[in-house]
Amino acid sequence: MIEIKQLHKYFGKLHVLQGIDLNVNKGEVLSIIGSSGSGKSTLLYCINGLEPIQQGQITVDGIPVHEPKTDINKLRQKLGMVFQQWNSFPHLTALENVALAPKIVRKMSKDAAKTIAEKQLRHVGLGDKLDVYPSALSGGQQQRLAIARALAMEPEYMLFDEATSALDPELVGEVLDTMRLLAEEGMTMICVTHEMSFARDVSDRVAYFHQGHMEEVGPPAQIFGDPQSPHTRKFLASVR
Amino acid sequence: MDYNFHWRPVFRQLPDLFEAGLLTLEVAILSMILGIVLGLVLALLRINGPRPLRWIANIWVELARNTPALFQLFFFGFGLGAFGLHLTPYLIVLLGLSFNNAGYLAENFRGGFLAVPDTQFRAARSLGMTASQTYIRIIIPQVLRIVYHPMTNQMVWAVLMSSLGMLVGFRELSGETQFFASKTYRIFEYFAVTAVIYYVVVKIILIGSKLAARRLFKY
Repeated sequence: MIEIKQLHKYFGKLHVLQGIDLNVNKGEVLSIIGSSGSGKSTLLYCINGLEPIQQGQITVDGIPVHEPKTDINKLRQKLGMVFQQWNSFPHLTALENVALAPKIVRKMSKDAAKTIAEKQLRHVGLGDKLDVYPSALSGGQQQRLAIARALAMEPEYMLFDEATSALDPELVGEVLDTMRLLAEEGMTMICVTHEMSFARDVSDRVAYFHQGHMEEVGPPAQIFGDPQSPHTRKFLASVR
Repeated sequence: MDYNFHWRPVFRQLPDLFEAGLLTLEVAILSMILGIVLGLVLALLRINGPRPLRWIANIWVELARNTPALFQLFFFGFGLGAFGLHLTPYLIVLLGLSFNNAGYLAENFRGGFLAVPDTQFRAARSLGMTASQTYIRIIIPQVLRIVYHPMTNQMVWAVLMSSLGMLVGFRELSGETQFFASKTYRIFEYFAVTAVIYYVVVKIILIGSKLAARRLFKY
């Protein structure tokens, strides 16, 4: 379980997250929606310790993320992350991209790392691209490669930071399908997204972020059908 | 014009010239290895080193790039000599060239590091890699590709610049040539043959570098 308590985060003077309280249970899919600058991506970066926090606490399975004593590299193995820009490592083949972290972080043997990399590449539909360099893959394929790379660490949670917003429209579908597949398999996911249909159809809960606050959180039927906050109503009207 | 070419004395000394050529190559290669290691350190210090070290790195790069290479050799020879530190000609040339290589390469490396997007670093860290694993496995291989051709140029430059060694008494290819030329007065012939040797060595370096690049960089 991921527990976020009274989280405050500043970039200099800018108060980006203003007291967030949120729990995400095992097996749950939570979508976070909201306009740019509302702090939703920053929240993901805080959850896996890529950004320091100024107040409050985040724990993952009871382990506090921002305690100096916490072995953050070990904790990150529980937290797969997929970024808006599909950061494939350009100097490695698809297979090497996925096998590298299992080998050097999880200390798996070369063969075991290769096996798991192949499995995950098949999982995301790239079974025929094992020896291809990222430069020869489309944006959608590179993003699926990034998903496979995160999955190869066998994480317990997956964090998606606007995984489809840098893609050409015709490539969005294949990435969303992969995310849907993971959700069906029971992966715990936090998805920052602009894809309202994904948020509505796939999530167990949807959270709406507005100017550093979590305005509203609830099942998709409630958020989309009967939003309580005027900000949420306004936002949903603008994206429809 | 009544100059008669006499090539025979030069050809007789060819084995000596080749041997001196190997010495040239040796000092160039060693100065490149030192230059790459120091250049990497200088580049990282300039990007985010603590302040006093960053200043030292900046001064190093400024001096290496903006003063004559010959003066840099003289510093390690006569400059240190004035303080009672007398280095052998070999060391003077090796240190002078390494100083110069490191300065130029540091600038190339710095550009290379800045050209690799931040997001690569974040992606690697998010997979649980440590900072040093990220540098060694993800960032530096990409930087090396970016700086590969400038590095080859620097290697060529090091071979050619090592000829300055003859001005501090080093008997590398040019020093050796000078020595024989002044003994036999076949100055033109000696330097013409030596120029060909330099040319061939540099060509071999360039072709070798091209072939190696094809194997190294498949993406």
